[in-house]
Amino acid sequence: MTTTRSLASAALLAVLASLPAVRAQDVPPDQLVKTVTLEVVELIAKDKEIQSGNRAKLVQLIDAKVLPHFNFSAMTALALGQSWNRATPEQKKRLTEEFRTLLVRTYASALAAYSEQKFDFRPLRAKPTDTDVTVQVRVLQAGAQPVPIDYSMEKTSSGWKVYDVMVGGVSLVANYRTEFNNVVRESGIDGLIKNLSTKNRSLEAPAAPAAKK
Amino acid sequence: MSSRLAWMALLAALAGCASTAERDARDPFEPLNRSVYRFNDKVDQVIAQPVARTYQRVVPGEVRDRVRNFFGNIGDFFIGVNNFLQGKFEDGVSDWARVAFNTTVGLFGIHDVATDMGYEKHNEDFGQTLGRWGAGTGPYLVLPFLGSSDLRDGIGTGADIYTDPLGEVRPYHLQYGLWALRFTQLRADLLDASRILEEASLDKYVFQRDAYLQRRRSLVYDGHPPREKDLDDKGADDDNDKKPR
Repeated sequence: MTTTRSLASAALLAVLASLPAVRAQDVPPDQLVKTVTLEVVELIAKDKEIQSGNRAKLVQLIDAKVLPHFNFSAMTALALGQSWNRATPEQKKRLTEEFRTLLVRTYASALAAYSEQKFDFRPLRAKPTDTDVTVQVRVLQAGAQPVPIDYSMEKTSSGWKVYDVMVGGVSLVANYRTEFNNVVRESGIDGLIKNLSTKNRSLEAPAAPAAKK
Repeated sequence: MSSRLAWMALLAALAGCASTAERDARDPFEPLNRSVYRFNDKVDQVIAQPVARTYQRVVPGEVRDRVRNFFGNIGDFFIGVNNFLQGKFEDGVSDWARVAFNTTVGLFGIHDVATDMGYEKHNEDFGQTLGRWGAGTGPYLVLPFLGSSDLRDGIGTGADIYTDPLGEVRPYHLQYGLWALRFTQLRADLLDASRILEEASLDKYVFQRDAYLQRRRSLVYDGHPPREKDLDDKGADDDNDKKPR
């Protein structure tokens, strides 16, 4: 009896000992994108509530599964360009929070539009020593050109983090730059914060069920 | 004659707008573009979107796939021509192989059998060919009904429409019917995208303009545009840990 128990705990220890080998920071970026993408798509496919348009639940799912792999302050800094350096730490914090909310919502909309397209995960073209890579995925759809999605990722102490997403050659971060700078020029950084938060509130309020086909 | 007058009036209007204050260098005609944008948006809300929604609701997805493939096949012929004009002969041959297989085996293009055979669909047009040959975009333009464009792509679109095989279809009412079906299908395919644009942007006009310019630039370089310098100024003080481990 004692032997079986000690055997079992020995086995458990062995398993635990092998766990640190798969810490987040060791997962290669292309593997990370693939795992997370497939996991999220599968979770959505299984979830009746999300499929019938429960946006809050979808946002929750993104919060839990996708967000940990994004570096939002880097994204916000990139989207603001020059203005970022003039912002106070408090402003930076608020900007990052609001931008993050907006991006999550946009991402949820994009995911809600997903309907069983296939993915083609491209092999990573990078040296093992690289700390800044582009992971390429293509979304395949019948009768149309595949849509390339490129994740710009950077190696950090807590694993690889996405700092930009390019869809069909359009960089999300770069696309916000003119918009943000226009607002900053007219009403300052606080104006931008206010603008973003108003936008986020307005998207929360109506909660109109997405017009699904 | 009267069309030349119309063009001159348009140019005068454009020039008149160009003189006002601080503006995006890529979009010198912004005030005029914005009015055309508002007009297009109205047309979209009142006609195009409702029709596309109804189409999407009433017509089964399977049938919509056939319609998309049918028009896609018609487009592939000139996509091939543009690839040849850009010196990409392998791609051009592949496009024409698509037309050959999809028109025959795929029953006049309603089935995209070529993709399964490994001939991938491309995205080319005369605007991209001009860009490939070194033509700059010129000023950004919003065309009535057609939407986002620029001087180069506007000329390209003119050539695209002029050479479009649909223009040969007679009788005319059949031709107009086909154009209408094609635009409806296209609009239906963009319903999700336009909703996302609506949600994601602070200023829809600016967001769409910048996305258009980025997208076209990427297409001209077939998805591999040279990196723009200002994209590299990141990391001013983000929370990254860049120390080598």
